[in-house]
Amino acid sequence: MEVDRGAMECAVDAQSLISMSLMKIHSSRTQRGGIKLHKNLLVSYVLRNARQLYIKEKYAEIYRMQQYEEVMAVCSGIQELDPLEPLEPQGAEDAEPEQPVRAAGCGEESRAAGGREPEPPYYRSCCMEDQFSQNCNKTTVLDLDTHVVTTVENGFLHQDCCCAAAAAAPQCAPGAAARKRKVDSAGCSPDAEEPSDYTAGRKRLKREECSGADCSPDASNISNLISIFGSGFSGLLSRQADLEQVCSKQALASLGAWTRAIVAF
Amino acid sequence: ADVISTVEFNQTGDLLATGDKGGRVVIFQRETEEAGEVGDSGEYNVYSTFQSHEPDFDYLKSLEIEEKINKIRWLPQQNAAHFLLSTNDKTVKLWKVSERDKRPEGYNLKDEEGRIKDVSTITSLRVPVLKPTDLMVEVRPRRVFANGHTYHINSISVNSDGETYLSADDLRINMWHLDITDRSFNIVDIKPANMEDLTEVITAAEFHPHHCHLFVYSSSKGTLRLCDMRASALCDRHTKLFEEPEDPGSRSFFSEIISSVSDVKFSHSGRYLLTRDYLTAKVWDLNMDKGPVETYQVHEYLRSKLCSLYENDCIFDKFECVWNSSDSVIMTGAYNSFFRMFDRETGRGVTLEAWRENSKPRAVLRTRRVYTGGKRRRGDVGVDSLDFTKKILHMAWHPEENIIAIAATNNLYIFQDRVNPDAQTQ
Repeated sequence: MEVDRGAMECAVDAQSLISMSLMKIHSSRTQRGGIKLHKNLLVSYVLRNARQLYIKEKYAEIYRMQQYEEVMAVCSGIQELDPLEPLEPQGAEDAEPEQPVRAAGCGEESRAAGGREPEPPYYRSCCMEDQFSQNCNKTTVLDLDTHVVTTVENGFLHQDCCCAAAAAAPQCAPGAAARKRKVDSAGCSPDAEEPSDYTAGRKRLKREECSGADCSPDASNISNLISIFGSGFSGLLSRQADLEQVCSKQALASLGAWTRAIVAF
Repeated sequence: ADVISTVEFNQTGDLLATGDKGGRVVIFQRETEEAGEVGDSGEYNVYSTFQSHEPDFDYLKSLEIEEKINKIRWLPQQNAAHFLLSTNDKTVKLWKVSERDKRPEGYNLKDEEGRIKDVSTITSLRVPVLKPTDLMVEVRPRRVFANGHTYHINSISVNSDGETYLSADDLRINMWHLDITDRSFNIVDIKPANMEDLTEVITAAEFHPHHCHLFVYSSSKGTLRLCDMRASALCDRHTKLFEEPEDPGSRSFFSEIISSVSDVKFSHSGRYLLTRDYLTAKVWDLNMDKGPVETYQVHEYLRSKLCSLYENDCIFDKFECVWNSSDSVIMTGAYNSFFRMFDRETGRGVTLEAWRENSKPRAVLRTRRVYTGGKRRRGDVGVDSLDFTKKILHMAWHPEENIIAIAATNNLYIFQDRVNPDAQTQ
């Protein structure tokens, strides 16, 4: 969806629209005369459009990053005769779409393709410290209910590796299943890779991990938070008779999740 | 509570009814021209005021029902009394407005104060006679059409057959007989089996002015559906679908909102439809469903402000639109107390203002302009200076003459064209 952002006056980024829309839906519950179906339907369309743009932008980032990684991996492989073996696949199906491998000209080409600037090895520093850096593609979401930290990298759920940039002892847990970790557990097993080949290895590690099920481009896998409104105008007004019970719980639950997510963003 | 929420002339234009957010209806009557008097004739004065709807409560759903009058429609006059339908979100009511200017005097059994006479004092019988008295306007509820709608009623429309009318809410349209209150026929139902699949709602509906079997309804997606009740009992399948393909180049976050139709009106001829969405007014030919035949930009300068208008909820404002009596001019409202008229023959539009300072009686309406670039003239208003709290949503045009009624929040303005009082192109 093309959006003429330049023509917009106020802050029109997708996230602010999403939060604005949710506030409208929430406040409409207490409006006199009951929930206005028409207005809430229109608000849900804005919500959907904002979400689509948000996801689209995330995809674009992912694609750019992946292309860059492909190029860099190939270049590194050519340059360093890399002894490292690729990691075991994550177990689940590789749902990642086939990316054309651009073998020719490494760094220059990837830069020219509009990808991110290649940085020294630790550019993937933890998002918690460097959240809005241009080089960091991770966002971390803390669910205040379950105290579960979910790291979303390049739009993909990533296994705890925001701390992996610490050079000496990468704490990344390449384990297959776990997508989240408890805040107080320290359960990252050390990576098997050699620090000397850390750069190339990490990048390939990323690629491999991203080949896992976690990185399916399917919308529902990206983030359970983002997928709340995945089915359109869902759950808000199933029946007017149920409004007080169903709607309030669902609207509040979804609102709450979004509010927390937005806070973390 | 005094914010006017609907305005409607009756079929002769002698009566003008307004409904407000407090559930009150105020009826104005046009003064008849006195022989030999110049000037003050033709003005509208208050004729009657009554409380049509009260706040209500739905105990089952724990929902308050607003008393705001959403629509008023007059019935064609059949006798000395006048009838009108008024509706809030849930209930339609039929009111009888009648005059009493005589009262009977000379009862046999009662004296002048109404006390029963002692029978022994009555020595003869007489026939009571009607004597003139001060004019009294009585308004009585004659019918209450309740429990027909689950969702909020947005439209009512009286059929040309004079016996039935329709009421439309977000998802359904019902047809009622004016004499029967405990039954209505559902003629359109767009509620999906699973509410999660809901994609559009009904925003307005109207019967054809001449063909009692045709009606049209508009949707939040910007489509119009013409339905023929002879085709089937349930008119879920339209006879004609009027839709303009979306321009992909102008897509934005708010495309769905600004394409939602807020009002639809048949032309007096019955040949055309007039619709209003957030930024434009469109005229459609019933014979052509591929797109409107005319499109008028009401306030295109707001297109770049949609985000702020979404933030302050103005983007959800529902503007009405009206035809003049000869279908040569269309009119609709805007912000800053502005309203716009478009001449269909020339395609030109004019902006006028409904504002008290300008409105001494007989003041001539000045045309206004919103400055959007180019040479700035004195009196131009910048887009950022527009007052978005002053919105002209409701209006009516006299059925025969060039008299318009404009509701500006809690004020009613009535403008008359003295130069061309009869329906002529300006």
